[in-house]
Parts: sequence; structure tokens; C-alpha cells
Amino acid sequence: MRVKLEHLCRSFDGVEVLHDISFDEEVASLAIIGPSGGGKSTLLRIIGGLLAPTSGSMEIDGDPIEFDEAALRNYRTTLGFVFQDGGLFHHLDALENVALPLRTVHHLSEDEAQSRSLELLERLGLADSLKKRPAQLSGGQKQRVAIARALAVRPRLLLLDEPTSALDPEFTTEVLDVVRDLKDEGTRFIIVTHEMGFARHACDKVAFLYDGRLLEHGDAARIFDQPQTAELKRFLSRLLEWSI
Amino acid sequence: MSEQKTGSSPQVRKRPLGNFLFATDPGSVRPGKTALNYLLVCVAVIALVWVSLGLAGISVNFDFVAQYRTRIWDGFCMTVGISAASLVASLIIGILVALGQGARFLPLRYLCDLYVKIIRGTPLIVQVYFFYYIIGTAWGVDNRVFAGILILSFFSGAYIAEIVRGSLMSLDPTQLEAARAVGFTRWQTMRYVVAPQLVARTLPALTGQVASIIKDSSLLSVIAVIELTQTMREITATNYNFFGGFLLLGALYLVLTLPIMAISRHFEKKLDYAR
Repeated sequence: MRVKLEHLCRSFDGVEVLHDISFDEEVASLAIIGPSGGGKSTLLRIIGGLLAPTSGSMEIDGDPIEFDEAALRNYRTTLGFVFQDGGLFHHLDALENVALPLRTVHHLSEDEAQSRSLELLERLGLADSLKKRPAQLSGGQKQRVAIARALAVRPRLLLLDEPTSALDPEFTTEVLDVVRDLKDEGTRFIIVTHEMGFARHACDKVAFLYDGRLLEHGDAARIFDQPQTAELKRFLSRLLEWSI
Repeated sequence: MSEQKTGSSPQVRKRPLGNFLFATDPGSVRPGKTALNYLLVCVAVIALVWVSLGLAGISVNFDFVAQYRTRIWDGFCMTVGISAASLVASLIIGILVALGQGARFLPLRYLCDLYVKIIRGTPLIVQVYFFYYIIGTAWGVDNRVFAGILILSFFSGAYIAEIVRGSLMSLDPTQLEAARAVGFTRWQTMRYVVAPQLVARTLPALTGQVASIIKDSSLLSVIAVIELTQTMREITATNYNFFGGFLLLGALYLVLTLPIMAISRHFEKKLDYAR
């Protein structure tokens, strides 16, 4: 999938948090990395159609994206979004969390929605938890339900916003394994993550966002082995400080 | 929430505050034991009341009930009717005001805010007199029952507005973003996400509010609405059996409020799916 961003800027209350982001790459799996507050989530929300940029343009597979609410809603229905935490509907059980958007937004029949949701949840190892509400699930299970919901609509692109940042290390691995498996099956995704091992080994491309600017992007191996900018070098060396 | 989590290692559930404050979780006591202990407490309370009456040298008799049963029944029905009508009206007022408090149009927002503050900050009896004798007279509302329902509705509406507003504020914003992300329209988000959660969160407090409305309706007796309290005041004014009359009055209110409190508790347990 071709993702083309041209001179994207975004301000909140007059403060610009994304400065002139330009990017034009074939995306199969892209990790967005960088320090907190660098604008990673904001950029992902713009790509995901949840937020309109203040200025600039975006093209997906050559189609320009319009930034009015109606067009964005249509665009969003072709994507799958996974949030850091709390993205599930609290009053619905796992199965219904996945099936509800299928029925209401994608107009599948009751049976179709049910069987597609079942199949996905089972594939993600949640066969025992279909009737549980989010509060009864572990953090890792919740994120797998969220991934199932995002995948159920057969999105052309999966967007994950720090899906493991609120999880214990063991659940982190559990969720990242799922994402890697999806990649092996051909799902295209963009992930905002602090898990550098995952960005390096499971993602083809990496983009480094620092202070609202896209300082570097390219093949994962190149970014980690030959960082060009001082900021990326410092960012990576700090991460290594406490690694085994 | 007794269900056990399965699958990969379950997350530790936070202990409810109740467990911290009390030695054991009240819900875990066997039903038989609960009933027995409850009975014991009831007997003790009744005995205490009985002894107190004896010490004060008061003999209570309920002979008047037979004589006045139609009037008492009418009063009882009036209390139920006024409360039911006020509940409906105050729900509408409460929801509108709660929404108004979040309005972008500032005069509307401040009006709703001021309304809640004034109603919550003054005693109901002041409001009853003020509305009935000043507002009611000025605008020609002279039907006491209708005026009573209006007053009670505006009073209770302020409290319901606070209940609804609190629930609205406690909705997790990530869920609302997730609703947008799956492609829900604003209406669908309302219908499938906000409304069900709002109902679940407000229902226990709202049933509690129903009990309050029933009790507060007794104050309408000051403008001579012939509801339960006013009926009993009239009866005791003729037969001078104040103790019998008011003990019965209290019992009749309990007949209404105790089941409602039980329902409130039931909702609280049933709809607790936490954050």
C-alpha cells in the first residue's frame, strides 16, 4: 500500500505539534518510533482518519483523502484501529465488541457477523472468553479482542497505537506475537511502539519522529544499524543503556 | 463478578473498598445466615421502640385506621401519583439540564448551572413556598396538585441532572474515539455506546432518587396538597392520636421506599461491569 503524506502540519490550540511531515513509501509494515510527546500518536490519528491535519495532504494508494467528517468516516470504515488501552466497549462482551460494528456499520447479517467474529476470536486464542466483558479480561486478552475487532472488518490497513504500552511484559510478548503472525499472513499495518526489538525485527520500515518532525525513515535494518541524525543516535543509545 | 478468568495468567482484580472497610465481603455470607441476622436486628429495633414508648408513658393505638381507611388510602395513592408524575418530569428536566451544562452556548450552560446550584443550595420548604405563593400566584397556577408536581419535579430535576452529568463525565473517552474509529456515526455512538452505559451507571442512583422524591413529597403538605402526610395531619388534628398517626405514616412511607432501595441495590450489583 502506498502511503503518501505531503507537508502535513497539525496544531492544537495554536501550538504546532507536527511540522511539515512528508513521506512517500510502499507500506507493508511500518513502525513509528521516537520519544514520548514527539507527535507519533497524532500522526497515526491523521493517517487513521480520526484527526484532520491543519494543513497538508494525504494519499492512500493514489487516492487523495478528503478531510471532512463524512468522507473521513467512510475512510475509517476501511481501516482497523487498536488503541493503547480502553478501546473496547465496556458494556459488551468480547464477541459483541467484535460483532456490533460488523452489523451496524458494515451491514452484515446477524449470522455472518456472529460467525466471522467467532472465527477471529478463536484464531486469536479467545475461545474461552467470548462471553466476558472487558473488565473480566486480562490486559493481553483485551488487546487481542481489540485486534480481532479491528481485523473483523477486513481492513486494508491495521493501525496500532502503542498497543502494548499499558501491558505487563508477558502480555506485551503475547500481543506482539499476534501482530507478527498477522504480518506473516499478509496483513499490512502501521504501529506506534516503544518496543524496539519488534520495530527492528518484525517491521520492514521504520519512521523516527522527534519533536513533531519526521527526522528519518527507511528500512528497519538501516535505521537501527546506521542512524544518520544525532537525535536518533542518542535515542537508540539511551534505549540500549538498560538492555541485557 | 464471581466469574473466574481463564486463559493466560489472569490480571489481579482490585479489591473493592468494601473489603477494606469491613472484615468480610457482605455478599459472601450464606443467605440463611443473612435472613436470621436480619430478623434479629429487626426484633431488637422493634423492642427498643417498644421500650422507649413504655418509658415515655405513651400507649399507641391504631383504632382510627378502620374509621379513616378510605382517606388514608386516598392519601397514599396521591403520594404515589405525585411521586410518579414528578419522577417522569424530573427525569426529563434532569437529562436536559445535564446536557445543557455541557452546551457550547454559554448563557444556556450558565443558566443550567445556576439552576442546579440554587435548587441544591436551598431547602425544599423554601422552594415550595416561593414557587407556590409567588411564581404560582403570578402565573396563575392555582391547582395545588399540579403546582406540587411542578415544584417537586424542579427540585428533584437538579439532583438528577447531577447524577446524569457525573455519569457522562465518567465515560471513558477512549471508548468514544474507538466508536469513531470503527466508523460509528454520532447517532450510532449515542445509541450503542453512550446510552447503554449511561443507563447502567445512573440507574442505581436514580432509583435512590425515587425514594427521595417519595419522602420529599411529604413537604407538599405545607401547601395543603392532600397527600399521605397532609391526610395524617388532618386526621390527627381531629382525634389527637399523634403517636399512632405518625408511626403509621412512617411505616407507610417505608412500604414504598424499602422495596425501591432493594431494587437500587439490585441494579448496583447487576450492572457493575466496572470501568
